[in-house]
Amino acid sequence: MQQKTKKIKSVVVENGFEKEVEIEVPVGPPASWGDPKALRLLGKRNTRPDGPDKVTGRARYASDVILPGMCYGRFVMSPYPAAKIKSIDLGPAERINGVKAAVLLLQPGADVLYHGQPVAAIAAITPEIAEDAIRAVRVEYETRPHVVDLVKATNPNAPKVRSDVPSNVQYPGGSTKGDVDGALKSAAAMIHETYEAQTRLHCCLETHGHTVKWDGDKLTVWASTQFVTGVRDEFARDTGGPQNVTVITEHMGGGFGSKFGRGTEGIAVAQLAKKANAPVKFLLSRAEEQLANYRGPGVRAEIKLGASADGTLTVGDVKVWNNGGASNANSPLDQGFYIIEPQARRVQRWGVLTNTGGTAALRAPGHPQAAVIWDMALDALAAKLNMDPLEFRKKNHNDPVRVAEWDLGAKVIGWNRRQRTPGSAAGTRKRGVGMGSATWGGGGSKSADCTIEIKPDGKVRAYSAVQDLGVGVRLYVQSIPAEELGLQLADVEPIIGHSTFGPGKGSGGSTTTASVAPAIKMSAVQAREQLAIVAAKKLGAKPEEIEVVPRGRFQVKGSPARGLAWKELCALLPPSGIKAKGDWNEASDLQASGVRGCTFVEVEVDTETGKVTVIKALGVQDCGFVLNRLQAENQVTGGIIQGIGTAILEDRRMDNVTGRMLNPNFEDYKLCGSFESGGVNITLDPPYRTLGPEERGIATIIFDNPTGKVSGIGEPAIIGVQSAVANAIFNAIGVHVKEQPATPDRVLAALASLKGGRA
Amino acid sequence: MKAFQFVDVRDLKSASQALGRNPDSTRILAGGVDLVSELKDRIIEPELLVNIKTIPGLNGLKMDAKGLSIGALVTLDTLEFHTGLWKSYTALAEAAQSVGSPQIRNVGTLGGNLCQRPRCWYYRDEAIKCIKKGGSKCYAAEEDADNKFNAILGGGPSYIVHPSDCATALVALGATVKYSDTQGQIRSVSADEFFLLPKENPAQETVLRHGEIVTEVWLPAPAEGTRSTYIKFKEKDSFDWAVSAVAVKVVAGPSGLVRDVSIVLGGVAPKP
Repeated sequence: MQQKTKKIKSVVVENGFEKEVEIEVPVGPPASWGDPKALRLLGKRNTRPDGPDKVTGRARYASDVILPGMCYGRFVMSPYPAAKIKSIDLGPAERINGVKAAVLLLQPGADVLYHGQPVAAIAAITPEIAEDAIRAVRVEYETRPHVVDLVKATNPNAPKVRSDVPSNVQYPGGSTKGDVDGALKSAAAMIHETYEAQTRLHCCLETHGHTVKWDGDKLTVWASTQFVTGVRDEFARDTGGPQNVTVITEHMGGGFGSKFGRGTEGIAVAQLAKKANAPVKFLLSRAEEQLANYRGPGVRAEIKLGASADGTLTVGDVKVWNNGGASNANSPLDQGFYIIEPQARRVQRWGVLTNTGGTAALRAPGHPQAAVIWDMALDALAAKLNMDPLEFRKKNHNDPVRVAEWDLGAKVIGWNRRQRTPGSAAGTRKRGVGMGSATWGGGGSKSADCTIEIKPDGKVRAYSAVQDLGVGVRLYVQSIPAEELGLQLADVEPIIGHSTFGPGKGSGGSTTTASVAPAIKMSAVQAREQLAIVAAKKLGAKPEEIEVVPRGRFQVKGSPARGLAWKELCALLPPSGIKAKGDWNEASDLQASGVRGCTFVEVEVDTETGKVTVIKALGVQDCGFVLNRLQAENQVTGGIIQGIGTAILEDRRMDNVTGRMLNPNFEDYKLCGSFESGGVNITLDPPYRTLGPEERGIATIIFDNPTGKVSGIGEPAIIGVQSAVANAIFNAIGVHVKEQPATPDRVLAALASLKGGRA
Repeated sequence: MKAFQFVDVRDLKSASQALGRNPDSTRILAGGVDLVSELKDRIIEPELLVNIKTIPGLNGLKMDAKGLSIGALVTLDTLEFHTGLWKSYTALAEAAQSVGSPQIRNVGTLGGNLCQRPRCWYYRDEAIKCIKKGGSKCYAAEEDADNKFNAILGGGPSYIVHPSDCATALVALGATVKYSDTQGQIRSVSADEFFLLPKENPAQETVLRHGEIVTEVWLPAPAEGTRSTYIKFKEKDSFDWAVSAVAVKVVAGPSGLVRDVSIVLGGVAPKP
């Protein structure tokens, strides 16, 4: 039988000229990441190559770019939450010395729908002059009544947020499965509660924005983005095509789902730079950032949940109101449950309009909100049933990976130390343990590719247009080729974040790694195949007889003496070296969608002050094939830290009186810091032990689910955290903080409600 | 921030002269922590900053049998790391340590800590002209206002709370605040009387008139058997303001009988 072959591109030297040719090579075994135990680099705890650059400040972000003659952009923002613009006069700003350009972003007659909505933009030679100039712009507003609170907005007499729709309660939807009313009547235990997960801000440490420079029709953009080529395509509207735009994102300081497009600041900066005839940097100020049109929408839900006496979740009757600000929003709760599904269910959902900013994806869009609401309801019902909340979940859900993760998490956190009856602990400082769960996709698709270039001097460079959202993309761009070619990490230079490097990939949905890593793998395989041909020719063997051993030695299988060291082999390459680019069709089997994950948290609640302290938190997360254990653990740790902030601190304050956000800063919009998270990372390795009662910090377990395929986990890592904290508080004090986050005042109010009083 | 002039001064009298009469046009610069944030947030737009860090003699710290003298320019981290303070004036050391972050304590001065402006988010919002900024009403007192961090005692017509941690401790410890008047004369007032209630003057939090400068804080030597402490309750453990705080000084005799006690609340009223 004839062996199957495939064609790959290679470079040969003919008559002194380099020539690209297609050569036939035998089709090898199907692509595989290999046995994790046999790998030298992948799956280990290696550190990222750009770590030193980041901690020393060498890493260059869009905010760091300084160009000769550069101007600084700022927004003129609406001070009112609801108004019609009667007139705008840019003149007084334009006449200020040092102001180089001013542009309108809204026209007279337009409605403003939230405090902070950009109306115009200014570029000036210093940020201070720009700040003076935005205050000099004369905007005449006709103010209208506003409503910023979700519940108030549902009142039929509330001010109408948008003139083009008749009611603030919009976008109805819903579904029914089974006999809900019958099941409600026959339920042995029932709860009927209303919960609210708050609206959150992204709080990217590097604010949104770009530094841009025109050269004729050509535009160079240093963007803080999670989608280099997507931003290129948006700026292409101003340049007559994407060929005239170069987008560079060497490093970026967080996006969390809010940095896919160029944003209003991108629209403004291109116009300002053209008009000013100068490069312009427009990175939002912190206040602009917190007021900008990016929020993770809050969700309110009224839930009836019923179970039979044996703990079977028989029925759910759910009403969901999503707070999309001035636009619609949705959440996984729109389907009427999260992960744990009642036998009969009915859901009605609406989007509620408020005079607040619109929404953007925020790390697992809608999932943490859906999870915390659903998990609070489940624990409340489990308490009614006098049932262990974990046993209750297992009674109603049987995915084997998830159940194994739950059991492992329960063992490690010390689930047995929870209060058997919520709130039954003695004293004023009460401990409690709670859990939450996640579900996510995380699979990849054909998108960004990777070109591997090997030069005669032995240098290896791996190029991809993909940006690093912060999770450590450079490390796998480096480590996958290094593993395949028998090299060390330092032997491969990873170069990313440039729109000219080929097709790109938006870092959303935790799909980046599962999309890009397989492409890199196939490029690395192809580079190895090309090198094997060169080695085989020199060694008088067939390419399929060549094997690779560290450090980059290509030798004949069975006779290791017949081989070429890396430098010897590369010296045989044509002067321009070789390039390898793999085929996604062969790579697609290296990734998969569908991960779970769960979080367990122990808290201490001071019932005198209402303060919640997280004693320890544990994330258990599967991701299939582990590319790098340290970074996988770091993803989970980061999710837990952000989730603790969501659970106990992050509290956007919308003022009913003025309609303004009162805390567009990091002082009163509080983020989780090292003190709040316990401050210590606990490294765990199998066999996993149970954490001690007084042990503090964050622990992570990358759950061994040997699919042999890569899945992304950036988002699932945060989903169950707020749930786990909320349920740990319930376990400690016997009452849920139904409106999140669990700040001291809300905890005290919840405790007071137990006694039938008020705080 | 709006552009401003800047002047270094060598003595208190020239500082007062430079500050002039118009409270809106000049400001004192010491550590600058609160001042710069007010400038950046456009709460104030002075034309001139008068740098008093160049005045000699305002950054001394001297502890002897009579008591403790702390120059107005002494930084909070100096207080935080002074072992003698921890022994004899524990509440003040604890209060200083509870302020902001290490970077802030490294530049923030005791004088500035006492003279800082309120944190009320209506006051700190550039677009809101509240009673403290010459407006007619206290927004925190409006129906449906968000006033979870505002005054529960001593409020009206303004409902700010005083943000200073050190102030609460100093009042409990019986401190005296010394300041230079516009003529360069040094005057003294008890820490308790240094702070004003809004009903006395809603526009300012201390007795200082424009051009007057805090020079020193004086604390009497603790009587035998004195213990003190400062406890600050905050939502976030790092870098947060007091939701409420308490400074307590107790003087106990040899038998353990309490002879004197002073309890001062912070974070709940317009003054400690």
